[in-house]
Amino acid sequence: MSGPGAILEVSGLDVFYGDFQALFGVSLSVSRGCATALVGANGAGKTTLLRTIAGAQPAAAGSVRYDGADVTAAPPYRRISRGIALVPEGRRLFPSLTVEENIQVGAAAAASAGWPLERIYDAFPMIARRRRQRASTLSGGEQQAVAIARALAAGPSLLLLDEISLGLAPVVVEGLYETLSGLRSAGATLVIVEQDLRRAMDACDNVVCLLEGRVALAAAAADVTSDQVVAAYFGEGQL
Amino acid sequence: MKRDTAVGSRGTEPSVIAVAVSRWSAAASAFTGVCVLAVAVMAVIPFVIGGPAEQPLITLLTFVAMASLWNLLAGFSGLTSFGQQAYIGVGAYALYLVAEHGINPFGGIAAAAVIAAAVALPVSALVLRLSGGYFAVATLVVAATFQIVATLSPSVGGTTGVSVPGLAGYGDVLREALIYWATLIVAVASVAGVYLLVRRTFGLDARAVSSDPVAAASSGVRVGRIRLLAYLAAAGGAGAVGALIALQTLYVEPTSIFSIQYSVYMLFMVLIGGMGTIEGPILGALVLFALQETLSAYGAWYLVIVGGLAVAATLAASRGIWGFASERFGWSLLPVGYRLRVPPPPDQVSDRPARAPTA
Amino acid sequence: MNWVNAVIQGMLLGGQYALIACGLSLTFGVMRIVNLAHGDLAVCGAYLGLVLSSALGVPVWVTLPLLLPAAFGAGMALQLLLLRRALRHGVLAPVLVTFGLSIMIENLLQVAATADPRGLNGGALALASFHLGSGITVSWLFLTAFLTACAVLSGLQLLLSRTSWGRKVRATADDLDTARLVGIRVRPVFATVAGIAVATAALAGIFIGTIGTFDPLTGTDVLIFAFEAVVIGGIGSLWGTLAGGVALGVTQVVVGEVNQAYAVLAVNLLFLAVLTVRPGGLFTSRQAVREIQGQGAAG
Repeated sequence: MSGPGAILEVSGLDVFYGDFQALFGVSLSVSRGCATALVGANGAGKTTLLRTIAGAQPAAAGSVRYDGADVTAAPPYRRISRGIALVPEGRRLFPSLTVEENIQVGAAAAASAGWPLERIYDAFPMIARRRRQRASTLSGGEQQAVAIARALAAGPSLLLLDEISLGLAPVVVEGLYETLSGLRSAGATLVIVEQDLRRAMDACDNVVCLLEGRVALAAAAADVTSDQVVAAYFGEGQL
Repeated sequence: MKRDTAVGSRGTEPSVIAVAVSRWSAAASAFTGVCVLAVAVMAVIPFVIGGPAEQPLITLLTFVAMASLWNLLAGFSGLTSFGQQAYIGVGAYALYLVAEHGINPFGGIAAAAVIAAAVALPVSALVLRLSGGYFAVATLVVAATFQIVATLSPSVGGTTGVSVPGLAGYGDVLREALIYWATLIVAVASVAGVYLLVRRTFGLDARAVSSDPVAAASSGVRVGRIRLLAYLAAAGGAGAVGALIALQTLYVEPTSIFSIQYSVYMLFMVLIGGMGTIEGPILGALVLFALQETLSAYGAWYLVIVGGLAVAATLAASRGIWGFASERFGWSLLPVGYRLRVPPPPDQVSDRPARAPTA
Repeated sequence: MNWVNAVIQGMLLGGQYALIACGLSLTFGVMRIVNLAHGDLAVCGAYLGLVLSSALGVPVWVTLPLLLPAAFGAGMALQLLLLRRALRHGVLAPVLVTFGLSIMIENLLQVAATADPRGLNGGALALASFHLGSGITVSWLFLTAFLTACAVLSGLQLLLSRTSWGRKVRATADDLDTARLVGIRVRPVFATVAGIAVATAALAGIFIGTIGTFDPLTGTDVLIFAFEAVVIGGIGSLWGTLAGGVALGVTQVVVGEVNQAYAVLAVNLLFLAVLTVRPGGLFTSRQAVREIQGQGAAG
């Protein structure tokens, strides 16, 4: 349901990889300042959806509206300057760049001055120490922090995060989610792809579940039980 | 591309439909018949028309052979070599050496092919580690190196070159005819050889390798073997072509036999005709032949046009003339792939019981 | 047979090779394109230098402020008009297009300038030399070429490591897809890199044309030397390219002292040897080696 507070509206999105259709008429709406969990099995289309919102993937049909403007055809750099930033799956840091350079590069397309470096280092003290090190020499958790920091450097109002807990120890993930809740308090809107259902529903206001490229469930986290989400996840019962 | 699926509609019981797989077609049979006839006709030309027809046909058939072989490398195996002239040269010099030792020059053509393939074996150990543009330049370096070696070898005449012995015994007419038939055989062998090779598993494997080596390797394709086989076959073929050129010109000299122009021609023919098809290189050879007849008077402009058309073809018509035609009109005279024929749904055939699914 | 002199001359020659090679290395490192017309573009620079210096009646150095920006623009145009389209048609397309371009350039030059070998007017610099001790004569021209190469390489290295543009270039070279994703505008990056590549090629061409002679077909030989320098030194490292160039130059001059006819052959054999024993070159990043080997091509 789109509402007056909707900062992101995706409508009827069809996305293809060559002949393979990954998304079938996906629609969703994200309200300003909310955290939405995007869940689903591998291959359900979560990464595709985030990448399409960020502009890395072209849409064959449908639209993406951000903050009232149609960005469906806009390339990533335009979307970033409007305030959308994606932390990609697998972190995808630039291995030959240092931590600081990775973060600086994230501000390449920022319209206004994004987050200044000092503010980023305050939010992620563990990487401040390693600012001059090559990104490839960091641990998994530190790399994930740098990836988030890189997205923050652009000063986004909508932050998309794709599987940030992958391969990380629980205590590290805990720390990352604390940072995210800090961002939420500061007014950012979040869309989080997360395999850990419990954590996703704890951290987020809304949950959207994808199944084979279609929206199987979209509701407030408080209104659904885990069992209902799991059922939508695996496609049992209603479709 | 057609999107034929053989699954029942969602929500109903999936039905297993018998799909007919064919590798051939009526058109292919007809065309093969035409080809056999054409070859037979070409074979008797020396008796019927003789000299004036032989010369241009020798050029055309040489083009056909070169184009088919380069297509095997680049079109089917993804190996863009700009150094095939290395093996043309090896073949030419091999023919000279064979003839020097008293062996019949025409028998020497086969020997030249074998020698060229043998030389290609150690070279492949080096260049096949690379791919794409780096492979391309490495093949250039190899060809340049062969040229220098020839220039520095007094036994093959160094910079001046050598003349091919052993042909004095043949009269002019007979020699021309023999060269013609030899060229015809090499051309037919090249086209047929590539065709048969590609229709077998090798063809699928090679194309898988050329589009995604990692995926191919993880599917069990022996990537290294495929590329090696393609490289050696192309080298052997180039060696035979080199031997033919030596017989024709009766003189072998480094600068011309190792000329990069051969690669330019191969690239052009395959790009214009259609990479990755069997019919394409033949078409490309015809186009190049026509261009050469009309434009060679213009010297360097001729090559500018050839290069320009090759660039345009890559950018605008990347599948070449034949590729475009076969996509647009569904033509396929020498099919290398598989066609699926999905029969009509059983409810349209009311007087027969549902067919049991066949493998 | 003065070996010390030979080695020094070889090192200086290596500087020229490095200058022609660095554009090739950049183009491949950032855009994954091997520009087979690179050598011909250098020769075009030499011909343009010839035209300008003859028209203005000055040594070719004076024409550089005109020539280098023109070459830079030509490189950008090449990228935006041709290579960008080629990249869309698959991995092999840029190879085929640049080869076709190479043929066109060489034959257009032949039509325009005939096959006669040419030389450039190097002014006083081309003739002067100084002595460095027993039997070592260094030509100012050779030294200038070497120092220019070092200056260009240093400058490029600084640009890449210290500027915002340099960060974007390195990020794009690391991961094109993610670079786009974080908002880097890739088209200007590619265009400027291509511009630099052609400008350095043109500069190298000027030196080649002043030190020796050139003709329309010289481009292929230049390409081969540039390529060999890159492979020996290692892709993805500018200073590696200098090392590669020096290795080539020293081999060529030292072998040439023994027997001039074998000099170029020795260089090619060195290249093939490095390819066999250490295909990554001396200073390559592992990622770059994987890319030229096309992942999984071996075995």
